[in-house]
Amino acid sequence: MFDRDRWQEIFEAIGKNKLRTFLSGFTVALGILIFTVLLGLGNGLLNSFLSSFVDDAQNIIFINSGNTSKAYKGFQENRKIQFKNEDFEFIKSNYIGKVEFATPRVYRNGQAKYKRESGSYNIRAVNQDHQYLEKTIMMKGRYINEIDVKERSKNIVIGRLVEKDLFKNESALGKMLDVDGIPYKVVGVFQDSGGDNEERIIYIPFKTVQLLFGNNDHIDQINLSYNMAMSSEQAIAFADQIKDDLKEKFKVAPDDQSAIRVRSFAEDIKETMVILGGIYLIIFVVGIGTLISGVIGIGNIMTFSIKERTKELGIRKALGASPRSIIAMVLQESVLITSVAGYVGLLLGIFVLKLIGNNLEKFFILNPKVDTGVIIVATITLILAGLLAGYIPARRAARIKPIIALRDE
Amino acid sequence: MIEIKDLHKSYQMGSNSLHVLKGIDFSVKEGELVAIMGSSGSGKSTLLNILGMLDEADSGSYFLDNVPIKGLNETKAAQYRNKFLGFVFQSFNLINYKTALENVALPLYYQRKKRKERTDKALSYLGKVGLADWATHLPSELSGGQKQRVAIARALAADPKVLLADEPTGALDSTTSYEVMDIIQNINDEGKTILVVTHEPDIANMCKRIVHLKDGVIVEDKEVEQVRASRYV
Repeated sequence: MFDRDRWQEIFEAIGKNKLRTFLSGFTVALGILIFTVLLGLGNGLLNSFLSSFVDDAQNIIFINSGNTSKAYKGFQENRKIQFKNEDFEFIKSNYIGKVEFATPRVYRNGQAKYKRESGSYNIRAVNQDHQYLEKTIMMKGRYINEIDVKERSKNIVIGRLVEKDLFKNESALGKMLDVDGIPYKVVGVFQDSGGDNEERIIYIPFKTVQLLFGNNDHIDQINLSYNMAMSSEQAIAFADQIKDDLKEKFKVAPDDQSAIRVRSFAEDIKETMVILGGIYLIIFVVGIGTLISGVIGIGNIMTFSIKERTKELGIRKALGASPRSIIAMVLQESVLITSVAGYVGLLLGIFVLKLIGNNLEKFFILNPKVDTGVIIVATITLILAGLLAGYIPARRAARIKPIIALRDE
Repeated sequence: MIEIKDLHKSYQMGSNSLHVLKGIDFSVKEGELVAIMGSSGSGKSTLLNILGMLDEADSGSYFLDNVPIKGLNETKAAQYRNKFLGFVFQSFNLINYKTALENVALPLYYQRKKRKERTDKALSYLGKVGLADWATHLPSELSGGQKQRVAIARALAADPKVLLADEPTGALDSTTSYEVMDIIQNINDEGKTILVVTHEPDIANMCKRIVHLKDGVIVEDKEVEQVRASRYV
């Protein structure tokens, strides 16, 4: 294997038979190129699917209320269902162990003003759990905490772009921000990967909003996350259970679709996983197919090459080449060509994926690339493929009878 | 050097069996220059192939330098060929992508000699056949006579006990043939044992002994007065 002379002999043979080498190398390089690009695009698709979930926790459930669409138990239809604090407490205390985080939400719009700058922003009145549900990342300061909620404090958390809009280059931390005429203290600034709109939001403790805007205990929406230990089937069942319990509590017809709405990603995730599984299967099948056809290609070209070299190998045997040395020569040549060409194909593939980059985002392909583990596996596969593809022709080469090879045509 | 007793060989041609060698008894002493003659189909090439360990006899015994040649596996046969025999073929059989020097050095590569030694030896043998200046040329850049001389240099490079030449002048015109025979005679003068298969009487007469084969048996085996090829060159 590490016989320098044999390598020299092989390099000589390769160097002086460039077309043959190029042809066999080309097949392999093309196969690996296609495989790499395919795999990268598949990963891009996966990235794109996953990124649609990263904005929020994947195990989140949204609960909304609306108007009834059916008369039931003596109630008229079109009755407005309004969640209150007790409903939130009901959910928190009723499903212990199943609920991980839970927050009420109250939506408002507010005119925020600092010195001369002002703007209209979405206000979300929430509790301390909201940070985990929304995956909010604090840039500075802190999030709303339990004490803020309990004491109805006028502490608020603003988005990065709110700070940028209103405070310009100043830090908003500790400053007073005027929202609809009421001054609040900024205790934190956050960022969010969900896009610009998600960073133009102001968070206020929900009890503060309930006190200051209308003095009631109304809630617009309840968000909660379920225990990740649940399977997606269990999560779907859990969401249905919440829906049924709330319908009973509010005396809503069981088949009323509009009064209580419970939405979770569990179903989406399940569907997505099925689709992704399908995509991966296709990539796997096509990829393996490409690799196999590449290997068969090398095998063919090596067989052809052996045929073409029959005379040469016959001469070598007449001059004293042992069958082993012939096998080793053919195999080493095959492995060398496969590895080098495969590596070139791999590099080209990675280069193509780099070129594609995020240009195909509108086709749901985000940041396509292959990881190191796959590259290592691919390299080992290549060497094995080279061995496999070279072995049968090599055996045949070793069996060449010099007397037949040297017969004059 | 070569001892052959009652050698038989037949080939299967479909359902028919073709008996090519029908009991050959034949021996060659060291330093001899023997011509094997016969028309096509007489079995002379088969005999040479068996002598060259490229083919195996069905029965009979074959000793080469007192070593029994029988039931060799491929690896062993390759080793013996490399150690004992040098081949010269009618169609030269040079490797076309290797230079003259590399071709001559090839048997030494299979003897696991060091690169430096291979090059030095190959160059000296090329000098011996008068082609030192052509060392870096490819076979396609050489004339037929030059190719055959490279092939002879290659056959000699491994310093074999016996040189086997199968119609070495078959593809050459008569002037070039005599040049090649001149070289073969010179090598024989230095003590090398050489067997030449030929069907040309003038070539055979340049050897020291002529063996006639006909229908698989030796019909004539005689010593001859050697005609020196140098007279015609």
